Amino acid sequence: MAYGIRLHVWGNYALFTRPELKVERQSYDVMTPSAARGILEAIHWKPQIRWVIDRIHVLTPIRFQQIRRNEVGHKAPAGKIRQAMNRGDLEGLQLLVDEDRQQRAATVLVQPAYVIEAHFVLTSRADASDSEGKHLDIFNRRAARGQCFHQPCLGTREFAAHFALIEPGAPLPARAPEAETAELGFGTPRDLGFMLWDIDHAAPGRPSLLFRAGLRDGVLEVPAPGSPEVRR
Amino acid sequence: MTTLSRRHDFVLIFDVANGNPNGDPDAGNLPRLDPETSHGLVTDVSLKRKIRNYVELAHAGEDGLHIYVEEGAILNEKHRKAYVALRGDEKSKKDAKLNPKDDAEATALRDFMCANFFDVRTFGAVMSTGINCGQVKGPVQMTFASSIEPILPVEISITRMAATNEAEQKKRAEGAEEGDARTDNRTMGRKHIVPYGLYVAHGFISAKFAERTGFSEADLDLLFQALTNMFEHDRSAARGEMTTRKLIVFRHENALGNAPAHALFDRVKVGRNVDGAFRAPDDKGLGNLAPARKFADYIVEIDRDGLPDGVEILELV
Repeated sequence: MAYGIRLHVWGNYALFTRPELKVERQSYDVMTPSAARGILEAIHWKPQIRWVIDRIHVLTPIRFQQIRRNEVGHKAPAGKIRQAMNRGDLEGLQLLVDEDRQQRAATVLVQPAYVIEAHFVLTSRADASDSEGKHLDIFNRRAARGQCFHQPCLGTREFAAHFALIEPGAPLPARAPEAETAELGFGTPRDLGFMLWDIDHAAPGRPSLLFRAGLRDGVLEVPAPGSPEVRR
Repeated sequence: MTTLSRRHDFVLIFDVANGNPNGDPDAGNLPRLDPETSHGLVTDVSLKRKIRNYVELAHAGEDGLHIYVEEGAILNEKHRKAYVALRGDEKSKKDAKLNPKDDAEATALRDFMCANFFDVRTFGAVMSTGINCGQVKGPVQMTFASSIEPILPVEISITRMAATNEAEQKKRAEGAEEGDARTDNRTMGRKHIVPYGLYVAHGFISAKFAERTGFSEADLDLLFQALTNMFEHDRSAARGEMTTRKLIVFRHENALGNAPAHALFDRVKVGRNVDGAFRAPDDKGLGNLAPARKFADYIVEIDRDGLPDGVEILELV
């Protein structure tokens, strides 16, 4: 087990879409492990390492808001495609957004803030020049300086995530007192039902992996890869 | 065309006077509101649409600056173009489904789309439609704009001195005592306006993604030009007067950046102007002040002290 990292992330909105509610998007109550992995990869990732999320601390109350937007609708059936006027020439080709429009609502989280606890393991592509210390140093250096490959996001790219490294040994950011409710599993643990753990990109068809999520004192424990808690 | 090599973060400050910057389809086209705080919102996609429109207006038909605008043909038609240009055979003009033969072709198709379309290169696009061109993540990421202070949308009733059709005219005539042509044909309508609102949006430009899509320094200049002028070409009955008031760009020295974006954004402070003095918008003492109705009622301050090494501030507006 490599030494792990802790990253504080927050933003104005977040949308961790439930796979079963994708059209009118509905967010999970809490950040999914796969979204957390995406945030870490936005800061530092190489094919030689794989991030493993250990736990996610929820720092603010869970609140939802609805936002409805105009989105591009369905794709045109290929059978209707006319031959373009001038071959190989893009002149005058455009996408009909106002004739192919869907208004979709998204139920998003408001003012989310989390601490991601994670570590990484070296993959089979790592060679002698890859030590865990090296990648750990790169990540810590980047996160401490606010450097990133691209600005991480909370689920979708319009909801940017701000991030700050929590130095080893430093205390976690204070949780808002109004967040210490049963909803975050204070007192009695709260069951969140099945939640997306990650997507298995190696398997054919890229199936989703799910796990039984629960909040206990504001913390979501994430099962390790390959553990029996992760179901297909 | 040099590819962008430095990370940028920007703050866009724009205002609206007696107009509706972005209607909410869930609320009968009322200006969007954050229901908890009553702050106004303008979605990212609304701003992106204006950028696309500006580029289309300013550079219509120029090579490499085409736009997926809202007129003309169908998305897949363009993807077909990419295939036809690449393969140049008859088959790709007829196949119902086209999938790249291998990764090399997928890359070539994507590059073709990025090279030709400014908005694909800038914002990215999902092109895995029936005719598959893959996905592009663009370097430019926009967030929702929200107003500095709570806004109060006002509903304006308006009348029109004409009826839509004869049936409507008849119905009105039956209700009227005596035939006065003016009242006979009158129909009522509604407009929603924000008397005044100052909005702030944040944006991020990743130099690493720019490498992938070929987003260049020239594209960056065009993007900033678009952000500056996009409201000038978006006049309509609903919009009222919208203006870009400030565009503050934080330019980093390298591709990964030199400072956290939130720390840079916090340097831009917008507050109320009370007799020339800066007062934070959440200042309790502002309660007795009349609501803001013009840009001069606000002060934008940029904290330039102790700027992190390798970050420079460009004030483009």
